This record gives sequence, structure tokens and C-alpha cells, in this order.
Amino acid sequence: MLNKRKLDFWFWIKALVICFMLVFLIYPFCTLITRSFFQAKVPGFTLANYVRFFTKKYYYSALGRSLQVSIITTCTTMIVGVPMAYILTRYNVWGKKLIHIFIIMSLMSPPFIGAYSWITLFGRAGLVTKYFENNLGILLPSIYGKLGIILVFTFKLFPYVYLYTSGAMGSIDTSLEEAAENLGSNRRRRLFTVTIPVIIPSILAGAVMVFMTSLADFGTPMLIGEGYMVLPVLVYNEYMSEIGGNAHLASALSVIVVLCSMMVLLVQKYYVSRKNYVMTAMRPPQEIQLRGWKRIITSLPVYLVTLIGILPQIVVVVSSFVKCDFTGFQKGFSLDSYRTIFNRLATNIRNTFTFSSVAIVFIVIIGMLISYIVVRHKGWFAQVMDLLIMFPFVIPGAVLGISLIVAFNKKPLILTGTAFIMIIAFIVRKLPYTVRSGSAFLHQMDPSVEEASINLGVSPMKTFFKVTARLMAPGILSGAILSWITCINELSSSVMLYSGKTSTISVAIYTEVVRNSYGTAAALASILTVSTVISLLVFLKVSKGKVSVV
Amino acid sequence: MSHAVVVKGAVKKFGNFVALNGVNLEIKPGEFFTLLGPSGCGKTTLLRMIAGFNEVDGGEIYFDETLINHVEAHKRDIGMVFQNYAIFPHLTVAENVAYGLKAKKEPKHEIEKRVDEALELVQIKQLKNRRPNQLSGGQQQRVALARAFVIEPSVLLMDEPLSNLDAKLRVQMRTIIKKLQRRLGITTIYVTHDQEEALAISDRIAVMKEGNIMQVGSPDHIYKKPENTFVAGFIGVSNFIECVVRGADPDQAELEIKGGEILKTKLRVPYTGNGVISARPEQLFFDESQGIPGTITLSTFLGDFIEYEIELADGRILQLNEYTKDTHAVRPDGQTVKVKFDTGAVSVYHADTMEVISC
Repeated sequence: MLNKRKLDFWFWIKALVICFMLVFLIYPFCTLITRSFFQAKVPGFTLANYVRFFTKKYYYSALGRSLQVSIITTCTTMIVGVPMAYILTRYNVWGKKLIHIFIIMSLMSPPFIGAYSWITLFGRAGLVTKYFENNLGILLPSIYGKLGIILVFTFKLFPYVYLYTSGAMGSIDTSLEEAAENLGSNRRRRLFTVTIPVIIPSILAGAVMVFMTSLADFGTPMLIGEGYMVLPVLVYNEYMSEIGGNAHLASALSVIVVLCSMMVLLVQKYYVSRKNYVMTAMRPPQEIQLRGWKRIITSLPVYLVTLIGILPQIVVVVSSFVKCDFTGFQKGFSLDSYRTIFNRLATNIRNTFTFSSVAIVFIVIIGMLISYIVVRHKGWFAQVMDLLIMFPFVIPGAVLGISLIVAFNKKPLILTGTAFIMIIAFIVRKLPYTVRSGSAFLHQMDPSVEEASINLGVSPMKTFFKVTARLMAPGILSGAILSWITCINELSSSVMLYSGKTSTISVAIYTEVVRNSYGTAAALASILTVSTVISLLVFLKVSKGKVSVV
Repeated sequence: MSHAVVVKGAVKKFGNFVALNGVNLEIKPGEFFTLLGPSGCGKTTLLRMIAGFNEVDGGEIYFDETLINHVEAHKRDIGMVFQNYAIFPHLTVAENVAYGLKAKKEPKHEIEKRVDEALELVQIKQLKNRRPNQLSGGQQQRVALARAFVIEPSVLLMDEPLSNLDAKLRVQMRTIIKKLQRRLGITTIYVTHDQEEALAISDRIAVMKEGNIMQVGSPDHIYKKPENTFVAGFIGVSNFIECVVRGADPDQAELEIKGGEILKTKLRVPYTGNGVISARPEQLFFDESQGIPGTITLSTFLGDFIEYEIELADGRILQLNEYTKDTHAVRPDGQTVKVKFDTGAVSVYHADTMEVISC
């Protein structure tokens, strides 16, 4: 016999949570899969959509391009990220704390802003391009296409590799390296035979994040890729195509994208489960003190990479104050861009912050309950929850968007075009940040603290609110800020789901860039960037370094 | 009011693993009762069943005559001290202690009064407004203790409360706990794996092994009259020596030890066959004329007594303690000696069941 009230309270919570997941995650995704096996106006089950994908070059080459870009990006981010992590954890680089924050900032900044800034600088009408062309008579190579995508991805995503790697580097016990040295290894040999092999699982975890993000990202290839059609862009085009979008084919494409990222995730899980070195550093490694020119030479590349990483934010903010007309940026500064957006696009700004705020309230409540269930309630339900909650990480935003549309554009529940569906997309997609951070906190909390409270005569439900929730608060709050940051910057699902009334800042930036209206785009992007930076600073303050952004 | 705690045939299973195998106990009101055993013996499982944190898979638990199997944990009126103290990190010392009283909706001035009294009893009144992270392990332990007994529970449970403290503090705290329990007269169930602690603190002890109770009794009784070889080996140090028992007449039984020695003893029931003698190190002594021959392989001077390790002819090792006040000099390693038993004090066990057969 179970404790009755305990059963009651958590039973209803579990029922509610599972209902939410069923309706807004599982059902849409199942509808999407089902759709991919049917065709418009042709009755019956068919593999035609998949056959079409794998036989028409137009389609399957997009998969090839996507994989190519993702693989190259994964390599380049490792080339940049691992040395960055090594130098910053091991050497006395000036201002390393600030650099660390800058690197996190470049990761958390809106993804498409990187693309946009590179275009502003090096695009056809870019500031640098024009300067070279007009003053020096040199034609710079085109930034558009594959090269541009990889460039943007590399400096946008290397922080994943950096953060995972430096986390692992910091947790290697010095004695491990000392043992290697003691057994006769010199520094280089030690690095390649002990240090790197031990942190490889972490490097790979970062690399997988890079791979999945670059595979799923829609904004960057859409803006800077131009003709270079990768899978998410194809999904979008296929669905949005003005000459009758094909939801069935788009569904099939979505399933293929999800399968790709799931495969990578599984491979990584399998590899990590075999090679997971659990370490707690009793003595974290000491910083090597460099002097004079050695210190400068070590620091310079770090500064350079960091600068390129945050360059987009700087460019965006600066260019938002530059005078601008329909031909591009002009000489001199003005506030015209801001005037325009507050007149014309005030709805978008309001939408972004209202939708995100509403979503955050739900994310905090649902996130807190789910992390409690996942950590404290063992058993099949907790495991299913644990899997489900990470599922949105694997589903690209555009795919989630389509799946919500195909699920809710007909009776009984018509939600398409409403604010509600935008908010649902935010909640489902951004919930994992809060759950991860909350459950990480809860893992460190001994269950006997809750038992002590129950034992002193406080019911389990009240105990949850009086003790557990209070103690989880910093973890939940940190996670919620990450959820918030990613909400306000969300583009890929919003761009599928928005209607005239529910458009957000990100969507507006995208449409403004497409219309070559760079000034307003810059002003909008600045609003996002500043909001992100402020939120991030609050996050760093609240989490006190205990919660990782990745 | 203190309750009697009665456990009847308690069973607990974790999957296929049987953690408690039909345990019976009767704990008297106001008694200091200890569950003692190695890790995995089921002692904490039983304690958590009494607290209401583990479901009861079989059997019954009563407080006095009330069946509590289905009473929710927060309605059992139990105080509990956890192994890691489980202090609420977000509350001050006073707020921690007041927590249970607030849940009972006691009037404010009453809460204040009782918190002060409780803190005074555990001698940490000066730490009242501190945060838990400003406290040492011993201080946290006192807060946990005060928080548990301030609600005047009918039963107090303690789960290895001293295991995280250093040796000196442990002895100090166990005296405080014992005195406090005497004074408040709360039925207390205490879990530990430390036999010395159990002997020092308890009115009665239940020795547990693999989900079963091996023996229940006062510390003195358990030490002197272990009912099976497990208890004899787990509590204190015992030498086990195989022997042949000839006891058709239980009052005139003979024990023949390999090597020729014959002892006389009394048995509970007639028995003839193989047996095991268990003797404490202080129940062995040196004899110049007769006894089992052996060689001293290690002598250790420990202040009030000397501990000898003696190897017998067949390679078996015995431990013999000699009080410093009873002897003139420490015997050197390598000396050949003869060892005798204090026949009246040793216990004899059935070689197969390992249960006691001597009186």
C-alpha cells in the first residue's frame, strides 16, 4: 500500500505532465511521421515521399550539403575550441574570466545575428567590402554560400567545445598528470597520452552539440547560404513554397533530419557510456605562470578568437546607430532605425517579450515538477520523462514548427496562427534547459532533507513547496534564465508558426534582412542582443558558476 | 507519552533481494533500543519502515496497540535524526528546530520557549541565529537532535547519527544522547554498525544479519552470552576453536580440543558431536604446566592490557589479552607458551547450526 496522499498529489502532477507531453510533443510528432507516409489527393499509405527524396538530386543533395557543413563545422570548432580551453585553463592569460563570459555570450547570442553581421561587414553591400572596393579597388571573395555558413557556425558554436572541454580540464586531478610525469613522460607526451584521452568524451559531447545545432539551424544558412540549400532550409521552402507547399514531403524531410541527429546522439551516448571517466578533482590543475612575451604570444590568439566570436554583437549594436536608407548604410549616425521599429514593429517587440514571459512562467512550474519526478521518483515513468524531456533537443525548431502545424491546423483543436501555439513551441523547445539545471541541483540535494520535513509532521506536498522548491530555486532560476534567453532569440520554430499578429523580433529581423532593410534589422537585433547580455549577466550572478550553460 | 513499538513478521523486498526476512521485535516504552549489524543487514530498512519512508511488504508495525502500517509518515509523531543530519540549509538553527513545532501550529511564544529549551539541552543556544553552513559537524548534529526531540515525539529514531563525526566527538556526543534520552524518557530506536557504540549507549540491542535478528538482549548479556557464532564474532573479539562434544549427560559434558586438552562444562541439552568453542581474548590465560601449546607471534602493549597473537601447532591463531596489572613483564615474540580456557565463561556452539548449546 502506498502512502495515499503522496499518491494523490504526485499522481495528478504526473497525469498533467504526461498529458501536456502527449498533446504537444508526442501527438504532433506522430502526426508528422504519419503525414510523411501519405500524399495529398492520393489515398492510402505510401513511401512515395521518401522515394522522391532519395531519387531526386534536388532533395538528396540537400542532405549531403547539410552533413558536409555539419561535419566540417564540427571539425573546425574542435580545432578552435580545444586549444582555447587548454590555454585558458592552463595558462595565466590576462582577463580570462572576462574572456570566459565573452565566449558564453557569443554562444547565447541569437544564431542568425552572426550571419547577419558577417553580411553587414563582408556581404555584397557590406561595410568592409565597400571600403576595399571603393578605396583600394580590391574585390573581396564572396561571403555567401558554404564558406559563409561554416565561418559563422565555427565562431558561433566553438563555445560548445570550449565549455565542455574546459569543464573536463578543470576536473582532472593534478595527481593524474603528476603520475604520468613521474612515470617518465614529458609535457607533450603527457598531453597526448593522458590529458587528451581522458577528456575526449567531453570534447565529443561538445562536438555532438555542435553537430546537432549546425544540422538543425535554419537562420544562418537561410541568410548567408543564399543558393546553398541545406536540409532545414529545404524543409522550410518545401512547406512555405508559394506555389502550394507540400506538407507531406516536408514531413518526410523533417523525419529524415530528426533521424540524422538522433543517430549522432546515440553514437555519442554509446561511446560515452563505454568511456566515461568519472573524476572529482581533489586538486585541480595549477595554472602555469608565463612571463613577458611568452604570455603575450599565448594570449593573443585567445583574444583574436574571442573578438571574432563577439564581433557580431558589436557590429549589430554599432550599425543600429548608423544612418541608413534602402540602398544600405550611409555616412553618419542617427536614431532613425529605432524610430522606425518602434513605429512599425512595436507589436513584434511586445510579442517577443510577452510570449517569452508567459512561456517562462510555465517552464518554471513544469520544469520544477518534472525535474523532481525525474530525480526523486525512480521507475519507468521517471525514465520515460527523462527521455521525453530531452527529445526537443534533437528536433530542429523548423521541424517542431511543422509538426505543431500539421497537428493543430484542423479540428478538434485549431491553434495555427494564434499566440498560444507560439508559446507552446517556446515551452516545449526551451523546457529542457530548466529541467536539466533543476535536476542537476536536486541531484546534489540529499533526499533526507525532505524526509526530515515529512518526519516533523509536514505533508509531502507541503514539504515540496516549503523545502524542496526553495532549495531547488537557484537551479531552476538559472535554468529559467537560459530558457528565457533562448526564447527571446527563437527563430526557427517561430518562422514556421507566426502570423501577422504574432510575429516576433527574430522573425522581423529575418524578414527585414530578406528585404535588405539592414538598419531596422540592426536595431531589432540590438534589442535582442542587449536583452541577452543583461539576462546572461543575471544568470552568471544567480548561478555562481554552478550551472553550465551547455 | 512514550509508545511501545512492536514489529511482527516485518518483510521488505527490493526486487528479488529480501532486505528484511520476517523480523519480530518488542521495544518497551522509554527504552533505548539499538539495531546493530554490518552494512546491508536491514537495520536502516527496518528503521525507515518504522519512520514510514519504506513501505511494509509484509507483517505489522504497532505503536502500543495501534497498527501504523498505513499511517502516513508525517502523521506518525516520530522524531528522526538522519545520518547526514538533513539540516534545512535555508533556515537558521532556531528556524530548523522550530520547523516541526510550526507544522503542529503551536502558539508562537510556546515555540520560542521550547526552541530555547531544546537548544539549551544540546548546549548550542549561542548558535541560535547561525546558518547551517556556518556550523561544524558536531554542531549540526546537535541541531538535528534538538529538532527531533523538541516536538516531543512518542518515538525517536536515529540512523547512524554519529558516523560522520571524528572519534573523540563521537564519544562525547553519545554521552549527550544517552543522558538526554534518560531525561526525556522517549522510546528511542538507534541504528549503528559500531558495536562499541551500541554497547555503550543501549538498554537493549538487536543484532541483525542479512535481514534476520540474530539475538536481542542487554549489552552485557549479548557480550557475555552470544547465542550464535555470528554474534560472538561481531560483538567484540572471539577466538573460535573446533572441538568434539561428548554430552550425553548435559551436566557432565566433556569438550575435547584437538591437541589433547579436555574441558568440562554444562550444556542446555544432551548433545554429542562436533562443536565450536568461542572464547574472548580475556577468557584465555597462560598456564605454565598444562594447556594447548603455541608460540607467541606478536605481542602488542596497549597500556592497560597486553594483546598476544599466538600461533598453535596446526597454524590456527588465537588472541589472548593479559591485563598489565596482573603481570610483571611483556612476553617476547617467539616464546613458547601453553594456553588454558576460563571454562566457566566460554560458550560452546553446535558445529552445524552455529547456535549456542552451552548454558
